[in-house]
Amino acid sequence: MTENIGAALKDAKLVLQDGTVFQGKSFGADVSVPGEVVFNTGMVGYPESLTDPSYKGQILVLTYPLIGNYGVPGNDKDEHGLPLSFESEKIRAEGLIVSNYSFNYSHYTAAKSLADWLKEEGKPAIFGIDTRQLTKKLREKGVMLGKIVIGNNDVEFEDPNLRNLAAETCTNNKVTYNHSGKKRIVLIDCGVKLNIIRSLINRRCCVIRVPWDYDFLADKELDFDGIVISNGPGDPKMCTATINNVAAAMKEEHPIFGICLGNQILALAAGGDTYKLKYGHRSQNQPCINNETKRCYITTQNHGYAVNMKTMPSGWEELFVNANDGTNEGLRHKNKPFMSFQAHPEATPGPLDTAFLFDEFLGMMK
Amino acid sequence: MDKPTKILVLGSGSIKIGEAGEFDFSGSQALKSLREEGIKTVLVNPNIATIQSDEKMADKIYFLPITPYFVEKIIAKEHPDGILLGFGGQTALNCGVVLHDSGVLAKYNVKVLGTPIETIKATEDRELFVKKLNEINLKTPRSKAVTNVNDALVAAEKIVYPIIIRSAYALGGLGSAICKNEEELEDAAKQALANAPQILVEEYLEHWKEIEYEVVRDAYDNCITVCNMENLDPMGIHTGESIVVAPSQTLTNHEYHKLREISIKLIRHLGIVGECNIQFALDQNSDEYRIIEVNARLSRSSALASKATGYPLAFVAAKLALGYSLTEIKNSITQITIACFEPALDYIVVKIPRWDLKKFRNVSRRIGSSMKSVGEVMAIGRTFEEAIQKAVRMLDIGAYGLVGNKAQAKLQGYDIKEELANPTDERLFVIVEAMKEGYGVEQIHKMTGIDEWFLHKLNNVISVGEQLTATKNLTPQLLKTAKQNGFSDRQIAKIIGSKANDVRALRKNHGIVPVVKQIDTLAAEYPAKTNYLYLTYNGNEDDITFRSSRKKIIVLGSGVYRIGSSVEFDWCCVNAVFTLRQLGYEAVMVNYNPETVSTDYDVCDKLYFDEISSETVTDIYEKEKADGVIISMGGQIPNNIALKLAELGVKILGTTPESIDKAEDRQKFSQLLDKLGIDQPRWEELTSVEDAEKFAAAAGYPVLVRPSYVLSGAAMSISFSDEDLEQYLDKASSVSEEYPVVISKFITNSKEIEIDAVAANGKIVLEAITEHIENAGVHSGDATMVFPPKKLYVETTRKISEIAAKIADALKITGPFNIQFLAKENDVKVIECNLRASRSFPFVSKVSKKNFAEIATKAVLGLESAASEKVDAAEGISYVGVKSPQFSFTRLKGADPLTSVEMASTGEVACLGTNTYDAFLKAIMAAGFKLPEKNILISIGGDEAKVKFLPYAKKLSWLGFALFATEHTELFLEKNKIPATMLHKVSEEKSPNILDYLDGKNGEKLHLVINIPTSFTKKELDDEYVIRRKAADYGIPLITNLQLARLLAEAIAAVKPEELEVKAWDEYA
Repeated sequence: MTENIGAALKDAKLVLQDGTVFQGKSFGADVSVPGEVVFNTGMVGYPESLTDPSYKGQILVLTYPLIGNYGVPGNDKDEHGLPLSFESEKIRAEGLIVSNYSFNYSHYTAAKSLADWLKEEGKPAIFGIDTRQLTKKLREKGVMLGKIVIGNNDVEFEDPNLRNLAAETCTNNKVTYNHSGKKRIVLIDCGVKLNIIRSLINRRCCVIRVPWDYDFLADKELDFDGIVISNGPGDPKMCTATINNVAAAMKEEHPIFGICLGNQILALAAGGDTYKLKYGHRSQNQPCINNETKRCYITTQNHGYAVNMKTMPSGWEELFVNANDGTNEGLRHKNKPFMSFQAHPEATPGPLDTAFLFDEFLGMMK
Repeated sequence: MDKPTKILVLGSGSIKIGEAGEFDFSGSQALKSLREEGIKTVLVNPNIATIQSDEKMADKIYFLPITPYFVEKIIAKEHPDGILLGFGGQTALNCGVVLHDSGVLAKYNVKVLGTPIETIKATEDRELFVKKLNEINLKTPRSKAVTNVNDALVAAEKIVYPIIIRSAYALGGLGSAICKNEEELEDAAKQALANAPQILVEEYLEHWKEIEYEVVRDAYDNCITVCNMENLDPMGIHTGESIVVAPSQTLTNHEYHKLREISIKLIRHLGIVGECNIQFALDQNSDEYRIIEVNARLSRSSALASKATGYPLAFVAAKLALGYSLTEIKNSITQITIACFEPALDYIVVKIPRWDLKKFRNVSRRIGSSMKSVGEVMAIGRTFEEAIQKAVRMLDIGAYGLVGNKAQAKLQGYDIKEELANPTDERLFVIVEAMKEGYGVEQIHKMTGIDEWFLHKLNNVISVGEQLTATKNLTPQLLKTAKQNGFSDRQIAKIIGSKANDVRALRKNHGIVPVVKQIDTLAAEYPAKTNYLYLTYNGNEDDITFRSSRKKIIVLGSGVYRIGSSVEFDWCCVNAVFTLRQLGYEAVMVNYNPETVSTDYDVCDKLYFDEISSETVTDIYEKEKADGVIISMGGQIPNNIALKLAELGVKILGTTPESIDKAEDRQKFSQLLDKLGIDQPRWEELTSVEDAEKFAAAAGYPVLVRPSYVLSGAAMSISFSDEDLEQYLDKASSVSEEYPVVISKFITNSKEIEIDAVAANGKIVLEAITEHIENAGVHSGDATMVFPPKKLYVETTRKISEIAAKIADALKITGPFNIQFLAKENDVKVIECNLRASRSFPFVSKVSKKNFAEIATKAVLGLESAASEKVDAAEGISYVGVKSPQFSFTRLKGADPLTSVEMASTGEVACLGTNTYDAFLKAIMAAGFKLPEKNILISIGGDEAKVKFLPYAKKLSWLGFALFATEHTELFLEKNKIPATMLHKVSEEKSPNILDYLDGKNGEKLHLVINIPTSFTKKELDDEYVIRRKAADYGIPLITNLQLARLLAEAIAAVKPEELEVKAWDEYA
């Protein structure tokens, strides 16, 4: 099959709220969707990114131009019932925008092509877009609403940040993994990436995954050693129930570890404030400096909101700072067992440099 | 931070296979990095054509051999407090290790900066390396280090064949070989052990993927991987011989980050401070990996990674060596973010090596585990198809792309299966042919081990080519598709039967033009401050605006390095750019060679890392609305497109394209010489064997023959008889109406002389005359050159100046040029004229301290006055410079290490001295020549040569050397009362045999072989060839030219090694 000739492929376009139109060809499902258009500069890991619940409501632009090269792995599960190769059970991004799609893929783990997977999951995708031009626009004007329009099937713009996206992506029920684990962790699922669960299980933890608004303090049967607030999509301020529950847990001084959205929720629960970044951090190469050791780590990130450090009450210190733009990348309480990280210690996709933070969290529970 | 105040930097010396221009790039960056800190720098590098050895780069420069002996002397003289070993390739590293081990560094209190010596050793000594890796449970191929052939055979039995052998402490895979059985191993092991004390017998990971990571660590343990790269060619083909892409294309997130994590674990465990390269093998069918090797220094791969990402690895590594933390260094592209990050690319980079194997007799064209390529190109695109087709054209081998090429005679009648399984330098074209013949992707994958993803992409190009072939009416859609898949206008024209200019007009009519994109290290996440650019058809919008308040001049670079065109032209280009910027112009560079300094993005105002073709240069010229293009600094590649550019409306600065054509076109140039009354050797362009023989009969043998149109690997030859001539015309060029040959009278025993000059409006403003040591018959690129000349008649130089002035005037030359002459007695003939900078420009510039490139740049800008007095660069120079060639025969299995009319050297060095002997000895030592200790073999063909060498043989004998000789030479020496031991030829299988002395089996080893062949005829497997080849294989210095042998004997007699001067460049005044 000849690539990029596109004769048999449907025309598709990405329309931005400011009226800009990018013409391309469709290679995913035959549906038009609205979303917030964001870009990610990572060069590998499209199966992981697409299934990352934090992309809920968003149209994902990949700046790396050659996508689909190694296909998509099969949906094998591990002994805990978690998919081995994905970050959630399904594709979470609303749509995908790339420059050059590889119709032919090659990898021993591949079960299908990216196009087939997108079609199966009902997600649209466009190739043939000048993703660099698009990215520069988003960088200059900030993230924007947009829509993928396949053929003539138009849809309305829609702001996903007005919805409670965490509620849309999290588990509906309490699920326990690795019952025999030594430490028992309550994982507040605001749209958790499965590798957070795997990372805790690998450290011999029992993980009790609960929905975003689960009142775990009221659950008298729930016996736990620490709390992890997961990553997740959207504006942290939409998660009022989570913020309240975390604030209550802080009063009881339970060890808490917030990741990504969890960092923001922890800040809000402590009385601090968050704000929306112009175009967010979505990449695998963000340098974060540990303010104490001055050591720099390369991190994987996916967030559109950030903690305003100036609003943090006394007792809190900035654990990590972004070396590029100085934004907050993590918090720690000076004398209570609370810490959080704006980036992703669980990686997938991305570098594994900060996995040690899970160990530090476990250390807080001794 | 306690920073050193004076640092010694070791370069890598001459360009050789495995160590090329990339070290000029890394060394230059290191020097810049140190200079910024206010640290004094002392550079040792005999490669006079490098940018790093310009006076603006270092405080003290020594054009001396990078050997422990000389470096120690320099240390004793300069008292540096620190030394950098990581920027001069294996040469610098090896020299540094010896200096450390012998206690020299400790004695003079010189601190090794950056990666500690112990770490370097752990990466170089295989056994230590494996032990280190085992400590942290990292996997290496099963392997055993051995020191003799027997142990190698035993080890191989255990590991199971096929196995691969490698030498420790070797660059570019020297001495490594894949052996499928005992016999092959015995042979290979013997040879490898001749060059290294220890070899490794290893598990051979056939068809595993080969992946590289460039890793950086600072003294505070911050680690980053700047780039990863994937070889299209699987394991078994040296990475220097492989097509390489960046970033990796077929690795999943799991694989990418697993190898990254291992890289970081490894660099921490080894304790590297600075940069290192890690090579992995990764199974195509499982999660298994092996760590193949670690280079604890800047490398060819790191230069490629720097260019591929925009991350200045060498610059950063130098800062880290001083004790800086990665977080303290700025990302020089964005100026706001920091150097502690990992670049995100939003394009794909493809590197292809350039081979020149056709230049050598008998050489095996198979590519494998040891390096043979002499250069490389890097192409950038937003699809693989676009990048690889650009890269194929950049190779300058006459290919228009992957498809649509002129039918190549040699590609017919070969066995595709054999070629796929045992690749040669033409593998890419073989794969394309195979696909056209119906071989499927899976089938080719099985035979080559190349990942199917790459093969599918190649197939895409073929498909687009087929659509073009099938089309009757080229639609804008198809045209755009073709451009997006990397087709050039000329390639499209060739396929559809049109003209390149018509295709260009058509696409411009439809608005199909490339866009300019920036390389910014962060995939557009942050705005970039630098203009590191490429063109693509896979985009809608230019990243930059083209307005400028300054006049804008485009300089065309040298393109790919190959035999005959190397770092010298990069030196000219960089100096042109410096001059332009100094004069207030905006300097725009176009070049695609990742090994160069000119493609360092801060050298110029704007860098287009793209093709040097009339199509691309015109596209850039039109976008930039430039005020002119300088084509005379980059050698033959830009020179070749002068006329086409002018046709497309590009303003060429300096000598007009018409004049260039007059000098390039033999017929026109010959007529011009006749008109000017300038003598030239008799020549004719012929289309049949009979005509050639008729010419030879009339002019008399020997004659020089060459094809009229040279695609690549120009085959030039001297014929001494009808038989020679027939053989040549039959084999090398298949003469025909379509492919004529040029035949000329070869004048024996004549001197060769060159003039390098700059003219303004037809009047010479600066000139330098250089003499060759070797008589005509040795290519000027292989010749030993002396400047100022010492043995020329005043009358000869006067005539040469006069002829040059006449030609300059007739062609109204403005800018650089070079003319080559033959001189016999006072009879001077012109043999070649190039209206561009020449290979010897940096040599004469640095010896005379008059910058020819700078003056030439000013001339083409119209800033040199024709009225000014002509300057003779030699005037007032009381010392002498000698330039020596560097050969890489050791690496070219089977090649006949004989200098002749076809250039064979890969690089050169030059040294200065108060007299010729001193400069000459240092120069040959700098090119790797070991002065003989005792045993010298003399084998001279023909009575005339024997007689001419007699006094020198006497001298050598008198000096106490033990002479050995072949039968006839020994008889001749005996007759003349010079004692010599007769050695039997290899084919005679009698004792004492030359072979025993070549491989040193019986304890006595030859230290020098002087083999002067009877003629230049190409008899293939004669005994003389065996002697020469074995000498190369066993690393014994070899001299094949009579004049050179005489000079060597004279020099050894005149200067003792310990008397050789150790002086910095500025001490010669």
